[in-house]
Amino acid sequence: MTAELAEPASKIELPAHVGGGGEIPSFDVTLRVRRYNPEVSEDATWDDFKVTMYGTDRVLDALHKIKWEMDGSVSFRRSCAHGVCGSDAMRINGRNRLACKTLLKDLDTSKPITVEPIKGLPVEKDLIVDMEPFFQSFREVMPFLINRGHEPTKERLQSAEDRERFDDTTKCILCAACTSSCPVFWTDGQYFGPAAIVNAHRFIFDSRDDAGDMRLEILNDKEGVWRCRTTFNCTEACPRGIQVTQAIAEVKQAILSRKI
Amino acid sequence: MSATEIQSPRSAKAPAAKVGSNRIAPQYRRNGSSKGNFEMLAWLFMRLSGVVLVVLIFGHLFVNLLVGEGIHAIDFGFVAGKWADPFWQIWDLAMLWLAMLHGTNGVRTIINDYAEKDATRLWLKIVLYAATTVIIILGTLVIFTFDPCPVVNGVQLPGGFCPAP
Ligand code: SF4
Ligand code: FES
Repeated sequence: MTAELAEPASKIELPAHVGGGGEIPSFDVTLRVRRYNPEVSEDATWDDFKVTMYGTDRVLDALHKIKWEMDGSVSFRRSCAHGVCGSDAMRINGRNRLACKTLLKDLDTSKPITVEPIKGLPVEKDLIVDMEPFFQSFREVMPFLINRGHEPTKERLQSAEDRERFDDTTKCILCAACTSSCPVFWTDGQYFGPAAIVNAHRFIFDSRDDAGDMRLEILNDKEGVWRCRTTFNCTEACPRGIQVTQAIAEVKQAILSRKI
Repeated sequence: MSATEIQSPRSAKAPAAKVGSNRIAPQYRRNGSSKGNFEMLAWLFMRLSGVVLVVLIFGHLFVNLLVGEGIHAIDFGFVAGKWADPFWQIWDLAMLWLAMLHGTNGVRTIINDYAEKDATRLWLKIVLYAATTVIIILGTLVIFTFDPCPVVNGVQLPGGFCPAP
């Protein structure tokens, strides 16, 4: 019996040069990481780390390698490592991206790759910023369903077209890549920022929601949608490919047509 | 030092992020909230005045530079002739007001976007609004009180465009 359970030998002859995992090309790359530790110094500095990485590796893998094998004090946030949680937005080569969705081979590896915290939010340590101002704006637009009708006994139904209306803005993972790429937000951090508007859009255009007017009123603030200069930085930064600037324009339109 | 309130989350240099400070749960503040639709109306005004200005300015350039003798016809008499006509008075008045308000609002926006301190903002805007007011008032006066043949103390000022009194 036992002999029969053994796995049969492979019938496919593999050529000798196909082996383990060695085929993925490896390369050396330098990561230039922005370091800041308020307990040591008020000044931020750059640290270079030279690592050998593979073609399938992302910036996050390089950061892991640095933290786990070279300098355990390098600090950054990450959770899912697969572009779902939105915790590892950072400024890589001057652009806001998720470290876990940026392949090293897509960057110019001949030069050092700069990794900085996202701009416009207070840095806590190294690549970690205080997200509180960002989430404060998010909370202010009331990002939850408000329905004044009777509590339904089953789920709240909606037509496919109605669902389609706000589909794009449901994809937000609150990574703050958009808000921290916005030059208007950089100046004084008072602007609500693209992410808050995207998440307001999600409910303003939801046929099941009744508080659209309240949200439009909130975003009609002097720090609201009218501070948007349509520079499209947010659309370019969004790792979910949300048409952020368009969503902001739709909210502007909605406020206008409600008032006039 | 009450290190728990930060007006602007701009940088690590904010007071509460000082070395060794007990940086616990700072309160971020939006600078008050605004009632009213001023920003919305300003936004709308920019789009509408922009469209109207394109018509006014290109009309102005066409009439002054291309029609008839074109650019060679422009002299004191040409301008005096235009301002004798109420149509051009209104045209130029609209152009003056719209261009000044459009430009002022644009600069106001730039000040809001780039000035980091409230005091800087205030002063830049005071200068801006003063300059705008002076130019608009002066321009309006010129358009409506323009007299090509001024007579001072019974003496015709030299010019050569006006018939002898
Ligand atoms: S809109 Fe895009 S960039 Fe902005 S927070 Fe959401 S996922 Fe991130
Ligand atoms: S770690 Fe979760 S999005 Fe990158």
